[in-house]
Amino acid sequence: MIPLWMYLLVAALLFCIGIYGVLARRNAVAILMSVELMLNAVNINLVAFWRYLAPQDMSGQAFAAFVFVIAAAEAAVGLAILLFVYRTKRSVIVEDVNLLRW
Amino acid sequence: MIELNAQTIAFAILSVLVLGGGLGVVTTRNLVHGALWLVLSLLGVAGYFVLLSAPFLAAVQVLVYIGAIAILIVFAVMLTRSMTSLGEVRNRQWWLSAITVILLFLLLAVGIILPVWGRGAPGEVTSLSATVGGAVELGEALVAGDGFVLPFEVASILLTAAMIGAIVVARDEEDEGA
Amino acid sequence: MTSCVDFINTLSPCLVRAGWNADLANLLSLLLGVVIVATVPLLTVILLIWIERKFAARIQDRIGPNRVGPYGLLQSLADALKMLTKEDITPSGADRILFNLAPIITFATVVLIWAIVPFTPLHIGADLSIGILYFVAVGSIGAVKVMIGGWSSNNKYALLGAFRTIALIVSYEVPMILALLVPVLMAGSMGMQDLTRAQGGMWFIVMSPLAAIIFFVANLAETGRSPFDLLEAESELIAGYNIEYSGFKFGMFMAGEFMHVFTVAVLTAVLFLGGWWGPFVDQVPALGFIWLGLKTAVVYLFMLLIRNTVPRFRIDQVMNINWKFMVPLSIVLILLQSFLLRLIDALGLRPAPELANDLLANLPQTLVLLAGNLVLGAIFMHLLQRHGRTLREADEALAVVKGEAAPAGGMAEA
Repeated sequence: MIPLWMYLLVAALLFCIGIYGVLARRNAVAILMSVELMLNAVNINLVAFWRYLAPQDMSGQAFAAFVFVIAAAEAAVGLAILLFVYRTKRSVIVEDVNLLRW
Repeated sequence: MIELNAQTIAFAILSVLVLGGGLGVVTTRNLVHGALWLVLSLLGVAGYFVLLSAPFLAAVQVLVYIGAIAILIVFAVMLTRSMTSLGEVRNRQWWLSAITVILLFLLLAVGIILPVWGRGAPGEVTSLSATVGGAVELGEALVAGDGFVLPFEVASILLTAAMIGAIVVARDEEDEGA
Repeated sequence: MTSCVDFINTLSPCLVRAGWNADLANLLSLLLGVVIVATVPLLTVILLIWIERKFAARIQDRIGPNRVGPYGLLQSLADALKMLTKEDITPSGADRILFNLAPIITFATVVLIWAIVPFTPLHIGADLSIGILYFVAVGSIGAVKVMIGGWSSNNKYALLGAFRTIALIVSYEVPMILALLVPVLMAGSMGMQDLTRAQGGMWFIVMSPLAAIIFFVANLAETGRSPFDLLEAESELIAGYNIEYSGFKFGMFMAGEFMHVFTVAVLTAVLFLGGWWGPFVDQVPALGFIWLGLKTAVVYLFMLLIRNTVPRFRIDQVMNINWKFMVPLSIVLILLQSFLLRLIDALGLRPAPELANDLLANLPQTLVLLAGNLVLGAIFMHLLQRHGRTLREADEALAVVKGEAAPAGGMAEA
């Protein structure tokens, strides 16, 4: 049997990779992809906890399903905003989008 | 320790997929490659779901993430002509981010491993229960009055709003006359 | 036939008794099963290409392949050999790894679907509890392979073709999944064997013809066959996303496409035409294979007939008919179907469990569902007709203004 902590460790590593991508990448599409990685890391945790600690209670799976919904909505709206930004700024580098910067 | 069987081997391969794909996403210069690394990573996560006896979530993962989100990202990459992002891949504070992230990971790892350090530590799950809720139970939980019916409805409204919002935001107003 | 699966099931205990490692024996028997399931479509595709070419030839008043082997049966083999000997070109500037990956994914996704096809009551690759969802998930990888193939070729026509193909695949996935929910509603399960078993009394095509039609048309579009072959419209795009492929790689794309069509025919037969159900299947389960084959052949020949007789749609027409007709129809259909199923339960028309496979006991609920479907279909056809008339009149008015003769047709102009 695979111990629970191994799933958690992989999820933590994936989450950290995602954070690094969000913080260090300049391209907005890459940042969105990194956010997806973070959401997936959370999903691994949710499903792993569900399986090991409460396999009859469906909360873990239900939460994972809601994360899917959030991810889909986030990707659709995020990419739409990106397209709009690209149309006005001709760039998807986040540092160029500084109109609201204080 | 951990015995070597089909499950452990599968877990090892999937971990390589998940983490390798993740690293590919954050390091590659070519964003189409990045999206495909993302697909690889997400496939690995779907494999985890199968290992964790949640086949329904695995199928939904493939359907939603690979069939929809990854494709959407590839489309966005091509439409914004940012296939190979010009200039630097990373911004100026990337080393700062790297250090922060490594520290964060160490913190998380300590938090994960410390509770189960040593054999038979309290809180460690030693055997999995054989009865697992499946797609039917999930469906019932999602629409049960004492379950998730309210979040479920909110989620559907969120999806509708996101769909309309995405269309409105992404629509090219200059092309409207045509 | 039954001995075959018994052979696989008994193989691993036999080997263990002979002193093998249990894991290894299990792996070997599983591997054998996988090879058998994967080989069936691979072998049939060679025959299918011959059938398709003969069929098209007859429709076009030709004879078709008739030189290699009796009745030209070996023509496909000869073509395959020719493909193997052709030069394998990778365009300069192409993404080499992805370029070579795309044909493999194409082939793999189609073969993977065969894991859940129930051949007989006893034979199925893997009777997953989420069988249908697995089919949809594997099918959605199809969009990825198109994207990889079109982008990695480094060719603008290939990329445009890929964009079109993906727009089509993603759009038609919506009504297809919604139509698939109708059999799931009626069987109360997503497993392929459960879905087939639920059709013992009455086929789902009778209980919900609209779902069957939507599923069939959506799948026609997914396979990219005529009338939805605007993906490879020679006059506009040259050949679609696989334009740069040659030799064996192109062969894999082509074989994958042929197999996809056949797979769709099998799934239609399983989901709506009762799968392996047929006379005497209770006594001899292996007969199910033949019944399924016959039903698949009917669906497949119908698809060939459509391919060879219906002209190509324009891309705007294809998108209009999907989003403005098929998606609303399938959503209303699901609402109607679940309402009718509740109504049937309330009226006590559902047959008792022990009579579930009896034709007469199933008749009342079938009639209710069929009537609901027909009424819904009639309403939507009426709406479609009215919409078409409005468009036609607008066209004619425009033509009068311009002083021209009215143009012909034009089903949906947005």
